[in-house]
Formats: sequence, C-alpha cells, structure tokens
Amino acid sequence: MTILGTVQLHAIAHGRSGDKGNRLNVNIIAYDQKHWPVLLEEVTAERVAALFAHRGVTEVRRYELPRLGALNFVIEDALEGGVNSSLAVDTHGKCLSYLVLGMEIRVSVEPGEDAMSRRVLQSAK
Amino acid sequence: MYRIGGGAGFSGDRIDAPQSVVAAIAAAGAGGAVIFETLGERTLALGQIAKRQDASRGYEPLLEDLLEPVLSQCVESGITIVGNFGQANPPAAAAAIQALAHRLGLGALRIAVVGGDDLVGRVDLSKTERWDGDGRLPDLDGDVIAINAYMGAEAIAEAISAGAQVVVTGRVADPALVLGPLVAHFGWRWDDLDRIAAGTLVGHLLECGSQVSGGFFADPGVKDVPDTANIGFPIAEVESDGSFVITKASGTGGLVDLRTVKEQLLYEIHDPAAYLTPDVTLDISEVELAQVGPDRVRVAGAKGHPAPEKLKATVSYFGDWLGEAEISYAGPNALARAKLAVTTIDERIRRRDLPVRHRADIFGTVSAFDSDSGDLLAEFGGTTAGDYRVRFAFGGSSQRDVERAVQEVNALYCCGPAGGGGVRQSVKPRVRTLSHLVPRQLVQPVFHFAGEAS
Repeated sequence: MTILGTVQLHAIAHGRSGDKGNRLNVNIIAYDQKHWPVLLEEVTAERVAALFAHRGVTEVRRYELPRLGALNFVIEDALEGGVNSSLAVDTHGKCLSYLVLGMEIRVSVEPGEDAMSRRVLQSAK
Repeated sequence: MYRIGGGAGFSGDRIDAPQSVVAAIAAAGAGGAVIFETLGERTLALGQIAKRQDASRGYEPLLEDLLEPVLSQCVESGITIVGNFGQANPPAAAAAIQALAHRLGLGALRIAVVGGDDLVGRVDLSKTERWDGDGRLPDLDGDVIAINAYMGAEAIAEAISAGAQVVVTGRVADPALVLGPLVAHFGWRWDDLDRIAAGTLVGHLLECGSQVSGGFFADPGVKDVPDTANIGFPIAEVESDGSFVITKASGTGGLVDLRTVKEQLLYEIHDPAAYLTPDVTLDISEVELAQVGPDRVRVAGAKGHPAPEKLKATVSYFGDWLGEAEISYAGPNALARAKLAVTTIDERIRRRDLPVRHRADIFGTVSAFDSDSGDLLAEFGGTTAGDYRVRFAFGGSSQRDVERAVQEVNALYCCGPAGGGGVRQSVKPRVRTLSHLVPRQLVQPVFHFAGEAS
C-alpha cells in the first residue's frame, strides 16, 4: 500500500545555508537516497524563489549533486544587503535553510519500520 | 600521511577546542599542523575599525586565549600553526604571539607574517568590476579604509618550507590555510591541479571548525549530536595522492558522518563544479564520500581546473552606523501592543524626518525570515497573547541621527503601548563592504619572519 502524503521537506531532508556578500546558498540533502527523485521533482528553483519573494530575490539557480543526494540553491539578493549592511537580526541568513526545510512537499511512501517511513507517515497525519 | 586539524572556525569560536585537536595530532607523533580560521567579511571589518582606533590592535581579539593552551605543545611536537588571526594587522598579531611565547618560556619562535593582501593605494577601483554576488547592492561612496584581496596558499607554503613554526596571515582564501601546509609537506606542484584541488577541499572542510564534526548540525530528534558541550574539532588525515579522511579526537563529543560532511561540503558553495579560489578552481561535483569507521569519513574525487584570472577583494567603507533597540510585551493582547509599537516608531521616524533606514521585527513571530518591509509580519496570524520582543534596527551615515532614532524606542517606556518593558539599546559604527574583482598581478603575496631582518 502506498500512502500519498504532504510533509515538510524537513521530514526527508536536511540542509545548511551560507552567505557571501548579498548571495545566499542553501544546500538540501536527502537523508535517504530513495528520496532523491522527490527532491528533484518537488524542490524546484521556482518554488524556492517563491519562498524568498518577499526578500526581493532576483534569481535562484539550482545545482544537482546526484552522488550526494543533494541540491544546492544559489539565491541572489536574498540577504537584505548582506552581513555588513543588513538591518535584519540574522544578517548572515544562517536561519534561512529552515525557511526552505519548512516547504510542503508531496511524497508517497510504503509503510515500513524504518525511521524514515515512520517519520513521513507521522508527518503525513 | 599528514595530519592537520581545525582549531577555530570563526572569530569567537570555543577557545578550548584546539586542545583536543593538538593533543591528538601530537599523540600520533608525526608532526602536522593546526589552522585557525577567524576572519570573515564581518570580522575583517571589525578588525579595520579596531586598528583605526589603536594601531596595535586589529587582530583577532581572542588570539592569546586561543593559542595559550596549545602553543607549547605545538612547538614541542612540531605542529605548525597557521591562522588568518592577523585580520587587519598581522604584524601586531605576530608580536602578540612572540610575547606569549616568551611568557610561556618558549623563547624566540620563527613566526612568519604573510602580507600583500592590502591593496589600498595600489588599485583604482573605478577600473575594476564588482563581484556579481553583491547583486543589486548600490555602489558606496564613503571613505575607503581597506581593500583586502583574497590571496592563495603560496606564501604560506613558502614560509613553512623556510622553517616557520607559526604563520600569521590577513586576508587569504580560507582553504589556503590548509593547502599551504599540505603543499609544503608533500611538495605538490602548483600545476598538479587535482592535488591542489584536493588540498583546497581539505581546507574547505576544516575551515569552519566543528561545522564538519557536529557543530551547527543538531536538530533534536531528527539529527542528534552527542555531547554538544564538548564537540571535537576536526582532524584530516591526508595522503600524498590527495585523498583524505575527516575524523576527530577520541573522547570528544560531536560526530563525523556522511550527513555532517555533506552539509559542510556544500557550505558557502555556489556552482559545485567551479568553486573559485586564488589557487585553483575546485570541482566537487564528482566527490565520493564513504563512512570508513566511527567518526571517520573518507573523501576523494576532487578535480581541479585553472584558477581564475582575477582575485576577489573586499572593499571596506567607513561611515555607517547601526542602532538597535528592543522592548518586550507579554500577556493578553501582547502581539497587538507589539505591533502598535512598530507602527508608532514608523510614524515617529517619519514625523521627525530622521534620515535613517529602519526595520522592525517581533521575535516569536517571523523575525528571522522576514524582509525589511515586514511583509511576513503583516500576514502573521498567530495568537495575540504571548511573550513578544520588538526589535528595531536603524542604519545611517550620521551617528547622531541613528542615536535619535534609538532614543525614540526608549521613549516607548512612557509614551508607547501599555506594559512595554526591558528596553536595551546600542549604537555601533559599522564598516560596510563590497567585493571587487582585481587583476591578479596587483596582488603580490610576500612573507617575512617577525623580528628578523628581511
């Protein structure tokens, strides 16, 4: 039985953000290689751009690293001026990986005893 | 095999972290190196401010705290110390290290000072292009107080080959702190691009200290990290072919696994096939990771391409002020009172016509993700009772106007919404930065030994 659920990206992936100038990058990494196709399908540059629209981002580029099961997003003009200009609390944008990890994505899982299945099912409830 | 450890990942890192790294490398008995990465776009700016106020400062404020516990063991065990803790003033840092060595009874050390990153008076910025990562940031027209180019590892390697026990740098590319000792040890040729790339990748993984070994990683119940109060900083065991294992000292907290290494592998990376450094263009798109033991991850497959023609330089401008002020609202209807404080300050700044940029956040709602214009806060539909802290930030070129804006927040005590308390305020000078790309031939990395005739 396959269960289709909507979960937060946080349920199947982890990631980290980094800054240089006014450019942010966020890497998103599948815990389990079987979710790599889900990342490719669901976590698009367009959807990431939409998450940062209120920050006035001008471009989002997505790089794919299949060997690592990871995506790397380069997000232009996301940092309100960057570490030495921004008036934001988090001038580096260190919190912003969790803005992406909060994205709702669609997944289908086979119920199983592995931790990932349990997490997805739990999140799907 | 050569062991090299990460002793600090930023200015302000844990000062007791290097001890377990140095002890583990010393116990292996074959020498090695420990690096201290304490210089970012923000800390370089802070160093410039400090040097402006006192010509003997401008280096890493924690320098002595970081080195005092490990300097003797490094000297005794032949472990080379390399750090960009010179920040804006490497000669002053070298003098401080020498003074520390004398206090510890170590006598005169061979301390190399790497210079050449300071381009003030040597480059016409109007003839250079700006780095594209600053995006839409406007040109700045303030007083240029520093131009620091990112230099490569060559001078570091030469200094170590010439006998340096400690190498003090200012602005070098962070991975160069690691690549330098590796080139000095293995004798890699600079045109052996895959090995230069591999050494750069070792540096990239070590430069942020514990960020590869369990720091900046814990997410309880999802990504658990053992003993977060005692995370072991990383050690790389590098082979002559450029492959390496990332590990950490036994008996420390934290962890090294595929997840921690992947997160750091892509940290501050843009195009994974073209990470630009002064030494090489690093391609990590084909890198292979393998867990080869507890807290041991093997890394291989870095590829190198020729280094870029131009080097990045950080241009620092003086003449900006940042004012911050906070006030709390709690209990029934707290969010409504907090939002009223925000609109009240908006109106006060407008009425007084203060020439400052300003922004307000309400902690506990959407502060970290929001924009200067507060779009997310406007939509925030959380409960109105609670415990909220309003934080205002003001930026401007006039210290007095920024202070006046901050004073408006203090005035909320009597004039603002009911029950506002706990005002804290600060006004600080700020160095703003932009990056430019400069011709490589303008940057001449050099080193000399402190206290020795050059």
